[in-house]
Amino acid sequence: MVSPGQRQRHLDLGTGGGRGCEGASSGAVCLCLCRCPRPCGGGRVSPTELCTRCLEQVKRTGFLNAFVTVTEEQALRQASEAERRFLEGRSLTASPLTHRDRSPPPGKPRGPLDGIPFSVKDNFCTENIETTCASHMLKGYFPPYTATVVQKLLDQGAVLIGKTNLDEFAMGAGSTDGVFGPVRNPWSYSAQYRERPGVDPRSDWVITGGSSGGSAAAVASLGSFLALGSDSGGSTRNPGALCGLVALKPTYGLLSRHGLIPLVNSMDVPGILVRSADDAATALGVLRGLDVRDSTTIPPPAAPPHLPDDIDIARIRVGIPKEYHAPGLSAETLCQWGRVADLLERGGASVEQVSLPHTQHSIVCYHVLCTAEVASNMARFDGLQYGHRSEVNDSTEALYAATCHEGFNDVVRRRILAGNYFLLKRNYERYFMKAQKVRRLIAQDFARVFRDGVDVLLTPTTLGDAVRYCDFIQEDNRTRSAQEDVFTQPVNMAGLPAVTVPTALSSRGLPISLQLIGRASHDWQLLGVAKWLEQRLEFPAIQLPQDVSQAEREAGVPGRVRTSVL
Amino acid sequence: MSTSLSSCSSRSRSASVQPGSPSAASARHWNSSASSLRISSIEGSLVGVVGLEIHAQIYASTKLFSSSQVCFSSPPNSSVSFFDAALPGTLPVLNRRCVEAAVMTGLALGCTINKRSLFDRKHYFYADLPAGYQITQQRLPIAVGGRLSYSHLVGRKRNQVVDKNVRIKQIQLEQDSGKSLHDSYRSQTLIDLNRAGVGLMELVLEPDMSCGEEAAAAVRELQLILQALGTCQGNMSEGQLRVDANVSVHRPGEPLGVRTEVKNINSARFLARAIDYELQRQMAVVEGGGTVLNETRAFDFKSGQTVPMRDKEGLQDYRFMPEPNLPPLILYERETVPAHTDPRQVVLVDQLQEQLPELPRVTRDRLVTTYGILPEHSFTLVNEDGLVDYFVGVVQQTRAEPKKVIGWVLNDLLGLLKQQCLTVSQSPVSPNALAELLDLLEAGSISSPAAKLVLQELWKGSGKSAKHIVEEQGLGLMRDRSEIQQVCRRVIDSHPDEVRTHALRAGNKNVLNKLIGQVRKQTKGRADPQLVRAILEEELSRPPFHGETT
Repeated sequence: MVSPGQRQRHLDLGTGGGRGCEGASSGAVCLCLCRCPRPCGGGRVSPTELCTRCLEQVKRTGFLNAFVTVTEEQALRQASEAERRFLEGRSLTASPLTHRDRSPPPGKPRGPLDGIPFSVKDNFCTENIETTCASHMLKGYFPPYTATVVQKLLDQGAVLIGKTNLDEFAMGAGSTDGVFGPVRNPWSYSAQYRERPGVDPRSDWVITGGSSGGSAAAVASLGSFLALGSDSGGSTRNPGALCGLVALKPTYGLLSRHGLIPLVNSMDVPGILVRSADDAATALGVLRGLDVRDSTTIPPPAAPPHLPDDIDIARIRVGIPKEYHAPGLSAETLCQWGRVADLLERGGASVEQVSLPHTQHSIVCYHVLCTAEVASNMARFDGLQYGHRSEVNDSTEALYAATCHEGFNDVVRRRILAGNYFLLKRNYERYFMKAQKVRRLIAQDFARVFRDGVDVLLTPTTLGDAVRYCDFIQEDNRTRSAQEDVFTQPVNMAGLPAVTVPTALSSRGLPISLQLIGRASHDWQLLGVAKWLEQRLEFPAIQLPQDVSQAEREAGVPGRVRTSVL
Repeated sequence: MSTSLSSCSSRSRSASVQPGSPSAASARHWNSSASSLRISSIEGSLVGVVGLEIHAQIYASTKLFSSSQVCFSSPPNSSVSFFDAALPGTLPVLNRRCVEAAVMTGLALGCTINKRSLFDRKHYFYADLPAGYQITQQRLPIAVGGRLSYSHLVGRKRNQVVDKNVRIKQIQLEQDSGKSLHDSYRSQTLIDLNRAGVGLMELVLEPDMSCGEEAAAAVRELQLILQALGTCQGNMSEGQLRVDANVSVHRPGEPLGVRTEVKNINSARFLARAIDYELQRQMAVVEGGGTVLNETRAFDFKSGQTVPMRDKEGLQDYRFMPEPNLPPLILYERETVPAHTDPRQVVLVDQLQEQLPELPRVTRDRLVTTYGILPEHSFTLVNEDGLVDYFVGVVQQTRAEPKKVIGWVLNDLLGLLKQQCLTVSQSPVSPNALAELLDLLEAGSISSPAAKLVLQELWKGSGKSAKHIVEEQGLGLMRDRSEIQQVCRRVIDSHPDEVRTHALRAGNKNVLNKLIGQVRKQTKGRADPQLVRAILEEELSRPPFHGETT
């Protein structure tokens, strides 16, 4: 059961303050989408007002560099359409709009996401909205179609606020290697972080993690209620964890990839970044489903319209994979891991140690498979039909070479070269085939544990809390990706669902998160456990100063600068 | 049907039923060149080894992985979906019709259908390959291990049917590429993506052939099979069927020689020529002590030679990789379909097997046994689209024997069609009309030459029946003895020299035939030929008038 105190995190907008929102500006949006906007529910905000406040918040926090494109005009238009539906709906029905499980009649709100502001990582195609992948290669590229998952949100009446920043083509774990520059973690500006001794606000900002850092920052800084990321090796969960969000990597195939510009097709899934497990379940319910345009989508399992408030974990078996005691794991994260395991045990779950022996080989394997698919997927960026085209046109080959050199940053180029090397006839067996075999072993490890009766695995999401940008860039992208993805990418190898849940703030005042891994297609069970934890962990809400932009100006931090890393 | 192929088929037809025509001469030429290659094998010297890679464009309304229309000769880049243009984020969706076509083709060729097959990416950079890779089936193709049985006609009259087999290694589904147009004047390349992503079946034929003629006959048979199945239209000149030949020479008993790949062949006739040229070239190289290079050569139809292409193929590493966006392609039988499967998502192999139409080989056998026609005639009937039905239609409506009908259909009707480049379906003379004409002939109402005149009239398409034409033009058979006698005497009187020769050489046949011809000419072929012969013999055997012999 949920105590009233815990419930206060889900605040009605406009009631101001509340425990979870302490210190937040009164204008800031601090709530979960399951509690908003219910305009006829008495004194709550309308979709237009909600959209306006989000847009204002996005502008105030522009220095975070979370957005590549803000679609203000379109957002306001969509919000007013949603508002019209709400007004028409109110005149038609006397009862409050609590029927999430019923399809609304025409002219009525379309569902739980109608009027809800959301953001989308800039590697999802959006019709007539620039889609850059944070790469020089796709600057100025306006796709002629919209990705299935984005379209589903739009069809639900959700309001697109903008396209979010990322590592170039989602290749990275910091959101630091995009052509538009690094994304700043909103927690860098929270009272919780900045009010500790020894923190220099000018230089000590921390990274969001990546590659969906812009999406994580957008939700964490209250500029959106929901953001789509992509997750190939942890790209949704990693920034979700470092930004204190609930971030879900659904089962492979549960969500359509059509329109997601691929990194690793066999591992990519659209990810969901929100502030609560309930929100994740709501979004998942809308986004899931077979897509005729994506042959790898699977029939969705039967799922409840929303998670119950009263969750029983007594019959849940929780596995603690011993191999996840990886070198470099921070003491604080380890401590949280133990705390949460105890919490689950006290809640009636059985907690046991399990072994996933091939996990140690996962990251190397991931590197081979990832670069191979990258090499293949990037072959289409030849400058002939779309995207950047070099001026060099001595020959078709010279044009290709110059276009790729100018269009991609060195991270992308290195992965292309490595991948092509692994795919060479003489190397294929030794690298690609071997990596595929190990991938199968990793998947079998998980399958065996689940077959033995374990329901969910509890692991850290990252080694520790967010790293300062100035420290992060001391190592190259490849090293960082290997470190940051260590706990997250085995899940992608196996196509399983995983969700990261913030558990506490570290001694530095930054979020620490843990990961729950579930059986394929058991995403809702996973979210149920996440919700149970969320109800008990009392993770604090972010405390952003009233006027963060003012604070930043004083600190001398420039706004978003679109600088090329080339 | 391509012009080049129909001329190839008419060659074999004319060789068998119209000996002495120019095309028959060229057929003999081909035959002799082919047999010279075979003779060398008997002597233990070099023999040719030929394998084929055939790309057959699947006859389907949409592309292999997208819903763009497939249409030959539509305006450039008018049939290009986002996927065909390789826009980022697009994914392939397999066209069920293409899968069915490949399964049917595999079944018709006796292949083992793989119930589980896989797709792979084959990488190379080319401007008309927008994704930078082609989706194909390298590791596990949809069908393997079949056999193509074909026949070709040999002998001086090309009336001996020789049966051959070529093993089929595999059939794989893959995407076609776009087309590049190089404008050297403006030094630019224009790309047309209409063809990009069209479904292809690549058929790999093992090196079981030994000369160009065999390869051409195998391709011709394959073409007929594909057309009968409706899985490929098979027009080589439109690129619906593209053939690359792997050619090498060796001495029997020794390992195979180094092979070259001959490309750029757009008709069966050129295929035979290209292969035979390449075999002769390689034999000359080997006999001259040289070595054949492993290279790709293009056939230049103007010179009839093969020339080396700028060869990147040999060095190319295609960096094959599994296509991650397509799950394994699973085929079922009625018994094995999992419950609750959407029937639109399922391809049933046994169902397709049952739906297979009659294949050309069976059709030919049926024609020979049912109608007693010659095997070589059955080839000609089957080779010409619609001709079998035409022939059967005539046979069913006339009292004339099928053996007589076949001559009229193959010589007269087909001759006229070829002359005017018409297909069987465009024939102005219906099977019905021809049957009526043959009935008149059969009843003895008209002579054979008159019947040909009537056919010419029918061809004009005036809508008049054969009987009407006969009556109108007075083409009925002349049987009045005295009337014919008068004509015969006139002819004898106007050919004194011939009559004298006849008398001196005691019944010279040539003279008699010449005079018969004259009578036929003067009666427009209407006179009863037996009567004419009898009267002429009688008249010539009479003692000559005295005054004329002195």
